[in-house]
Amino acid sequence: MTINRRDFLKKAGIATGGGLLASPMPAQAFEYFPGWPERFGALIDTTLCIGCRSCEAACNEVNNLPPPKVSFEDKSVFEKIRRPDAQSFTVVNRFPNPDPGGRPIYVKRQCMHCNEPACASACLVSAFKKTPEAAVIYNQDLCIGCRYCMIACPFSIPAYEYDNAFTPKVRKCTFCYDRITKPGGLPACAEACPVEAITFGKRSELTKLAWERITANPGKYVDHVYGEHEVGGGSWLYLAAVPFDHLGFKTDLGTTPYPTFTRGFLGAVPLVLAIWPAFLVGSYAFSRRRERVAKTEDTNQQEEEASS
Amino acid sequence: MTEQMAQKPTFRSWLQEKLFLGKTTSEYLKGLVTPFNIIAGLILAVGIPVTVIRFTQGLASVTNLSDTNPWGLWIGVDVLCGVALAAGGFAIGTAVYLFGLKDYHSVVRPAVLTGFLGYFFVVVGLCFDLGRPWRLPYPMFVSYGVTSVMFLVGWHVALYLSCQFVEFCPAISEWLGWRNLRKWLVRLTVGATVFGAILSTLHQSALGALFLLAPGKLHPLWYSPFIPVFFFISAIVAGLSMVIFEGMLSHRIFSNQIDHHHHATFDRLTVGLGKAAAVGLFSYFCLKWIGVAHGNHWDLLNTPLGHWFLVEVFIFVLLPCFLYVWGVQRESAGIVRFTAILTVIGIILNRVNVSMVAFNWDVVDRYSPRWTEFVVTITIITVGLLTFRWIVNRMPVLYTHPDYKEEY
Repeated sequence: MTINRRDFLKKAGIATGGGLLASPMPAQAFEYFPGWPERFGALIDTTLCIGCRSCEAACNEVNNLPPPKVSFEDKSVFEKIRRPDAQSFTVVNRFPNPDPGGRPIYVKRQCMHCNEPACASACLVSAFKKTPEAAVIYNQDLCIGCRYCMIACPFSIPAYEYDNAFTPKVRKCTFCYDRITKPGGLPACAEACPVEAITFGKRSELTKLAWERITANPGKYVDHVYGEHEVGGGSWLYLAAVPFDHLGFKTDLGTTPYPTFTRGFLGAVPLVLAIWPAFLVGSYAFSRRRERVAKTEDTNQQEEEASS
Repeated sequence: MTEQMAQKPTFRSWLQEKLFLGKTTSEYLKGLVTPFNIIAGLILAVGIPVTVIRFTQGLASVTNLSDTNPWGLWIGVDVLCGVALAAGGFAIGTAVYLFGLKDYHSVVRPAVLTGFLGYFFVVVGLCFDLGRPWRLPYPMFVSYGVTSVMFLVGWHVALYLSCQFVEFCPAISEWLGWRNLRKWLVRLTVGATVFGAILSTLHQSALGALFLLAPGKLHPLWYSPFIPVFFFISAIVAGLSMVIFEGMLSHRIFSNQIDHHHHATFDRLTVGLGKAAAVGLFSYFCLKWIGVAHGNHWDLLNTPLGHWFLVEVFIFVLLPCFLYVWGVQRESAGIVRFTAILTVIGIILNRVNVSMVAFNWDVVDRYSPRWTEFVVTITIITVGLLTFRWIVNRMPVLYTHPDYKEEY
């Protein structure tokens, strides 16, 4: 089989172009990344949640987490606001209804699985990975335990095994990565929910569904899908009947993906690396020259004095 | 056999001279009983058991760190303050070797030693804080998180530590009498200084840039897109002030080691360093206000944390700036030294504010360090001081080695 240059170029062109077309990332990926198109998501309708904590129990079971200190049937946990920790990747909190007479509102919390995760951008050993299926997953074999991911996470989700002396790990919701990547697989919490407060599916369809519910039920929901655009958007979306800041959500996070905040600084690094050596070595050369000139002037002066 | 007999005493006398300062073992051991050593011993007597507990029982056994507050005293003080206060090594090295301020030569070695030990003990402190400190080389050799500011910090601190070691090596080779090696090492100095200055610029600012990822957690008066510049400029000021402060202590404690010539010029150098620090503080003061203006956070100044911000910026930045100017005008090394202490406290306050006071300022679960965290921090500082003294007593740091006088 022979191949001439023209053929080769043609084939190479097709291969490259085809590669670009097949690539799930748009060409201007570094400017704007709208997220993996086929990624999954989950929609939580807080108006449906009854606070039964079945999701917590299911999560505990599939992740082989230690048995809870307080049983999953015990409602006393609602007396204070909890956050996910190393023993529980998801927690349900209860908030009083601002409407007098309204029933309390239950809100499940877990990792939001951001489109552009702050934790992943913060990790100095790339222990976090954003998968095309949406899950942000963690590799404990790389983690050195600096806990910068926990500083960076705008939702304060990652937790640490502070009492583990030899193999401490960052713990957080995995979006049941192993389950959802199998055909028909659901996250354990969504499967366990008896009232279908959690809908699992393609994120693109879930945002549509969320807005359909808002428009179909005027007055029922606030006009916002939390998680759709917060910090660049994530895969977990929320609907609520009362403003989100009443339900423990941070509403001042903005829509800028967090990795953007350090991009400018990291971009300046090569500039410093390129300009500083020239500046510093230049200063060194100038100071050497100054010395040399001063020395010759000195000797000239001495010679003049000697000759006069 | 006879040869061995002849060699044995030489080795022993070498050991005696290099390690025991020319004293016999028993003399040396007796000389160790001093008030400072007794206090240091007591600190270690508490610090060592706490260290053992930390590494056998985990972080929870000795710290108040939590999921909400993952960084505490060890990152805030041991790492952030340690790195800032050790900036004197690069600042003085750059001034003398690159900008040609040759008359400051006598403070280079103490500054480089302070810098090297400062960074070394920063890494020690970091090892207490890391969940798996034995994986410290991972970002260098195993997995690269190139989008992380922390990745840059890790690499730079490692490289910079090596640079400072190279810069200090001439002193070690003079101590051991390795003339040829010293010649080679001295040639590396300019290169190491250039490289060190680049690395310092980047990682000092990078420590500030770490907090760029926490806009929702750090109070807006401290959070600013300029925070890398704040950290860099304030580190230069902190480094210069530490050189003044460390010089003051060295001249009291090790005064027998210091040449007459050095004693005479020391006050003049102190005033000169004060002048540089005053300029640095003034630009830092202006930058802090540019930060407030950029975020348009004027309304926050009249809140409790706003008042605290004003205390930091006026009493610990502007006041020392004026005091330095006053000391320079009156050519008073005393005023400059006092101001250096105030400035160092101010920079420590800033790092504590950024990492603890203004961090998570609006959450319910606030962090305050447990006593064992203080014990570890104090233990690390004590071991650092002991190491500094051990080296200064043996190597030509504060004085010029008589064999190499002609080379300066």
